[in-house]
Amino acid sequence: MLRNACWQIALLVYVVAWAPAVLADSKPRDLYFSEALYYAQQGLYFEALARLDVELAQHNGLDEPKLDSLYPFVDSAQFSVGDFELNYRMHLRAGHAITAVLEGNVDESIRNDAAYRLARIQFQKGQLADALHSLDRIHGRVPENIRDDIEFLRANLYLSTAHPDDATPILKRLQGDRKLLGFPEYNLAIAYLQGDRRDAALQQLDKAGAVDASDDETRAIRDKANLVRGTLLLESGQFADAKNSLDRVRLEGPFSNQALLSAGWADVSAQHFEGAVVPWNILVQRNRTDPAVQEAMLALPYAYGQLAVYGRAAMLYSQALQAYGAERDKLHASIDSIRAGKFLKALVREEIRKDKDWVVRLRSLPETPETYYLMELLASHDFQSALQNYLDLEDLRRRLDGWQRSFAAYEDLIQLRRAYYEPLLPGLDQQFRDLDSRRRLRLEQQKILAGRLQNMLIAPRPELLATADEQLLTTQLNTLEQRINAGATPDANLLARVGRLRGLVTWDLKTQYHERLTQFYEHLQESQKAVETLNEQYNEFVRVRQAATHSYVGYDTPIKRLRTRVGEAIQQTKLLMARQGNVLEQVAVAELQVREQRLENYEVRARYAMADSYDRATAVQRQAPQQ
Amino acid sequence: MRTLLAIIVVTLSMCGWPIAGWAEGASQQEMRSLDEQVQVVKTDVLSIATDLNQLEERLLFPSNTQVSVFVSLSPQDPFRLDAVQIRIDGELATHHIYSFKELDALKSGGVQRIFTGNFGTGEHQLEVSVIGKLESGKDYRQSQQFTFSKSVDPRLLGIALAGPGTGEAPIQLQDW
Repeated sequence: MLRNACWQIALLVYVVAWAPAVLADSKPRDLYFSEALYYAQQGLYFEALARLDVELAQHNGLDEPKLDSLYPFVDSAQFSVGDFELNYRMHLRAGHAITAVLEGNVDESIRNDAAYRLARIQFQKGQLADALHSLDRIHGRVPENIRDDIEFLRANLYLSTAHPDDATPILKRLQGDRKLLGFPEYNLAIAYLQGDRRDAALQQLDKAGAVDASDDETRAIRDKANLVRGTLLLESGQFADAKNSLDRVRLEGPFSNQALLSAGWADVSAQHFEGAVVPWNILVQRNRTDPAVQEAMLALPYAYGQLAVYGRAAMLYSQALQAYGAERDKLHASIDSIRAGKFLKALVREEIRKDKDWVVRLRSLPETPETYYLMELLASHDFQSALQNYLDLEDLRRRLDGWQRSFAAYEDLIQLRRAYYEPLLPGLDQQFRDLDSRRRLRLEQQKILAGRLQNMLIAPRPELLATADEQLLTTQLNTLEQRINAGATPDANLLARVGRLRGLVTWDLKTQYHERLTQFYEHLQESQKAVETLNEQYNEFVRVRQAATHSYVGYDTPIKRLRTRVGEAIQQTKLLMARQGNVLEQVAVAELQVREQRLENYEVRARYAMADSYDRATAVQRQAPQQ
Repeated sequence: MRTLLAIIVVTLSMCGWPIAGWAEGASQQEMRSLDEQVQVVKTDVLSIATDLNQLEERLLFPSNTQVSVFVSLSPQDPFRLDAVQIRIDGELATHHIYSFKELDALKSGGVQRIFTGNFGTGEHQLEVSVIGKLESGKDYRQSQQFTFSKSVDPRLLGIALAGPGTGEAPIQLQDW
């Protein structure tokens, strides 16, 4: 029954999601880019991408992009698009924007940053050769904050392509890096293992298992190092050292169950059965859907049996049998429920997904056997990918449905606007024409007067500045003169008097000429202001008139097109959801069947072991009175 | 959470617990094909979202009347922002209560578009009220009025908030 310690080295690469770029408090900044970051920071990558795509498209379409507020941040925005796409699991598209930066005419450090980011994306997409090629494009000035990240990525690429000797010197140099703490130390051990340097690997795992961790990720990788070291030592029969390493794994971390289980096996392997009882007693109190807990339920009575405590062993086997039976019932119910289609419905419950611990809550919902084993299913990468795709599709479907409904509301709005404005517009247009003709007349008058002023500045013409009275007087004097001259013998005395009067007018005109010219200039300026006001009214009218038309004209075709596109996308999404859901159910059922089979196997073993323990316990009881 | 960093771990995996024998039902190839199709749909829907956003903006918030209010928060400010209320010309424009994630996003340099509406050209009154909690646990309230003018172009107003410990004005109106 001893655990078959079958370990193999697997190059399993996982990448913790990159947090989106954070804009420091540098002002001014681009609002729309910052808005996209606001969504990305909350994990709402669809919203972030939708906004940033629009902003970048508008920026790229500008005649003078340098005047745009995004200009100083455009490279960062392009990088962020790549990060967002990657986080939104759009691997096919991720990297396009960054490639554009890389191939553009940009500063050396920005190009190097772009090459690093592209390599990171390619690494995540599994394009290892491309990723190495991108890193090879880095030359010259490299931003300080990514220098170690580049080297770490390079080392991991070497490891992923089975070149541990190339990775080793890099990882050695990166040890102790505050930002990466724990990870280079651990990966260096893996490089040694890849290079068949077991002793060096054990030594290195010891070092990685003792790093001073202050955050959850470093603590987890430290636990992982201790678990791996303990397991390797267990395999090679160094049970005491194995136990020491396994005891260093935290009791509450993600690797604690496995560590407790292995610690027990280390003691059992060393024939220290009392020692095994301690970790396994802790383990059997934990969640019974965990495989390690299920195994411990069988292992613990085995240890008691070895200690000749047969009665307790028989009782624990009996409890294990009950527990296995209950778990098998749950598995049965889960499988039936999944086959009935309830699993997919439970996964997309909105009220559950709003909770950050939604997986845990799903499992604890009453009357939902389909989700009892969800946490365990999530351990499978295939299941996780399929689930994430399914949830993304559901999210898209909800959006698309909402959009499809909103088109009718838009059309109502447009119709209401049309019904309101169309009867008003003919009257408004008439007013506009009147205003326009008045404006044109004023403009013409203004132009003539301005021309006159200009001429008078070159050649003074006082008569043009005569007042209305003076003009009337001059006209009367001209008439009088004509009448006097029309007589047979014009009266010289009268003509002289008319001449004196004309002289009086001319005197005023000439002596007051400059004063009158100034007044004329001032009046013209005032008139200019009135014309400007008229022009403003005219422009305002044109704008309002245009806005009224634009509020209901020109939407029919775009709405029709969008409605068709949304309809097609809904169809496509539903189709894919059905297929993805089917895959998800298959993966879940297959996984649960494996678990069921294992439990069946445990049950058989437990049944035999229980009978054996009862026999032994009875035999001991019989022997005791005889002795 | 480590930021801007690829934390890549090459791990050891036990073969004691096989992941799943699901390959009988669905092939890896089918999974990949499905994954690619999901990505194509995402691209399509993003493109629709872009066009729809532009249509909505043109229809609901024409540029000559559009006023948008954005909120930013001083980074690393220990002050906990609970809610913001915006009144324009005495009328309630919006009221927003912040979740932990939203607050975190603001503190990381994100900017929230809290309101978009339509207003005529001319002078308008903006009143910003903030409710929160100080590091000491005491309640914190601030309110401030501003005047802004709206021309025929869209008006973007930035509200920069800061807690009392930062030395900055608690509510600043920034022109964007």
